[in-house]
Amino acid sequence: MSVVDLPVSTPVVPPTRKERTALASPRGRTSRWVSSVILGLIGLTFLVPLAWIVLASLNPSATVGVTWPGNPTFDNFTSVFTWEQTLLPLWNSTVISMGTAVITVVVSVLAAYPLSRYQMRFRKSFLYGILFATCLPITAMMVPVYALFVNLHLLDSVPGTIFFMAATSLPMAIWMTKNFMDSVPISLEEAAWVDGASAMKALLRIVLPLMRPGLAVVFIFVFTMAWGNFFVPFVLLYSPENQPAAVAIFDFFGTYGSVAYGKLAAFSILYATPVLALYLLVQRFSGGSFAMAGAVKG
Amino acid sequence: MADLALSTTVDRGRGIAPRPRRPARRVALTRALPLVPAVALLLLFLAGPIVYSLYGSLTNTALTGYKAANPDFIGLDNYAALFSSPEFWKSVWLTVLFVGASAVIGQNVLGMLLALLMRSSVKPLRSIVGGLVVTAWVLPEIVAAFALYAFFSTDGTLNTILGRVGLEGTTWLITFPMFAVIMANIWRGTAFSMMVYNAALSEVPPEITEAAEIDGAGPFQRFFRITLPMIRRSISTNLMLTTLQTLGVFTLIWVMTGGGPGTASSTLPVLAYQQAFKFSQVGYGTAIATVTLAVGAIFSIVYIKALKPEVD
Repeated sequence: MSVVDLPVSTPVVPPTRKERTALASPRGRTSRWVSSVILGLIGLTFLVPLAWIVLASLNPSATVGVTWPGNPTFDNFTSVFTWEQTLLPLWNSTVISMGTAVITVVVSVLAAYPLSRYQMRFRKSFLYGILFATCLPITAMMVPVYALFVNLHLLDSVPGTIFFMAATSLPMAIWMTKNFMDSVPISLEEAAWVDGASAMKALLRIVLPLMRPGLAVVFIFVFTMAWGNFFVPFVLLYSPENQPAAVAIFDFFGTYGSVAYGKLAAFSILYATPVLALYLLVQRFSGGSFAMAGAVKG
Repeated sequence: MADLALSTTVDRGRGIAPRPRRPARRVALTRALPLVPAVALLLLFLAGPIVYSLYGSLTNTALTGYKAANPDFIGLDNYAALFSSPEFWKSVWLTVLFVGASAVIGQNVLGMLLALLMRSSVKPLRSIVGGLVVTAWVLPEIVAAFALYAFFSTDGTLNTILGRVGLEGTTWLITFPMFAVIMANIWRGTAFSMMVYNAALSEVPPEITEAAEIDGAGPFQRFFRITLPMIRRSISTNLMLTTLQTLGVFTLIWVMTGGGPGTASSTLPVLAYQQAFKFSQVGYGTAIATVTLAVGAIFSIVYIKALKPEVD
């Protein structure tokens, strides 16, 4: 599977088939080269800003311009790699993103089970409501959320922030989990029911193990969203010891940005690496999820 | 994408009652029980702020001081002030410009172009460029914002490149802040459209375009007469989703220009934040948030009504 086969966040994209090679459609060599050159040029415009981050992080006297570092060093990394500067914010990011992802996945699995398995009266309207909520621009409502959190005395509370982020990722997570669950054949559960297992036991012992790759995709998706979220913690958490890396890096930018671009870039790389790694991981899992229909034999 | 692809493939036998012995009403309640945590969270933290937003926009809540704790109910005054304020209408225009230029046109056209070019380019280049475009999208938003801030800065890479080819650069973030943030959002978000169109294009059977080719249709005719109509559903879906995503963009603009200079690049989410936290008018900011939310809600309803995504 190539890098581009997976739009993780869309619920409504038509199914992807394996890319087909158009055997009978001969394309000229020239047109192939022309499109390659254009593609390469567009690629360059995407490369330059990314290259700045990498090159600046290796250059102790980096500026906003892309320059080849004279003698590349890891000085920027070692100087930002302190508890106060990066480790505490990264740890806070981990706590917030983990908390959000765990709560979201547990709650979505519970919610997805009846939605996937039973015929209920309000099922369809619930699903449409979920879909509607998926589309709402959450960032637009941070001001009322702030006012609400003041009244609930939840401002600067990490658990409060986690619950809010979990609630905002729930619609998408329930949607994804339900679709993954739909693809687990019901016949396996029926066998478990016949053997006397309760619905929850069947969910825990039969359904969940079969949809592990799907759960991993949902978990990583929510984790990544929470990890990259700047606006929510920026508004809801104000004391430095609670702030995740997204906010700490913004404060760093405001305080030292104009003098220490190298350190800013190094911090950015430390902060972005886990997300990039998780994205690569998700591609492996999503490839694997197609295999689970094989759990039913004969 | 997997979750949708799989939903139609397997029969999941809803309506099979595992416990037919119990009374129907109790069964229905027990079955709905696992939905409780989700409903509770959604009501408290999602529906809660929306309702609160409607209420808060009718008060004169301030950020600090007496009016923070004891706001007065002032009816529709915030909306009256809002709709008669030239600043608000300017912000509406900037939001339309931002969404229209960066999402509807920029991301969609560039995404389609990339998807098309990738199908007809040499393989290693295809994976490299695809990887770069997707990296820009996977990066945390604030890191992308730093990279683009550096790119558009006065001493930044763009001006250096322009200088090399003998052109005069400019102070992009100050003179043309909207241009900079629109370009930035195209850079950041095109990957999504590219992936959607990549998937859509691979669904078009090559036999059909070949038939058109044999009948003498040129490449442009084939694209506009055959391919585009065949993937129109993906296009409208993608237009809607990118519009809704772009409507809420805050971080990118906030880091690059801070909504400025002045309010020259304050789209609605940025303006709401500025009003509430810079000028401490939480009630007024909430009114802006409510309007933005309403616009988003209208788009979502249009999207769900018009495209009828399968919920089964």
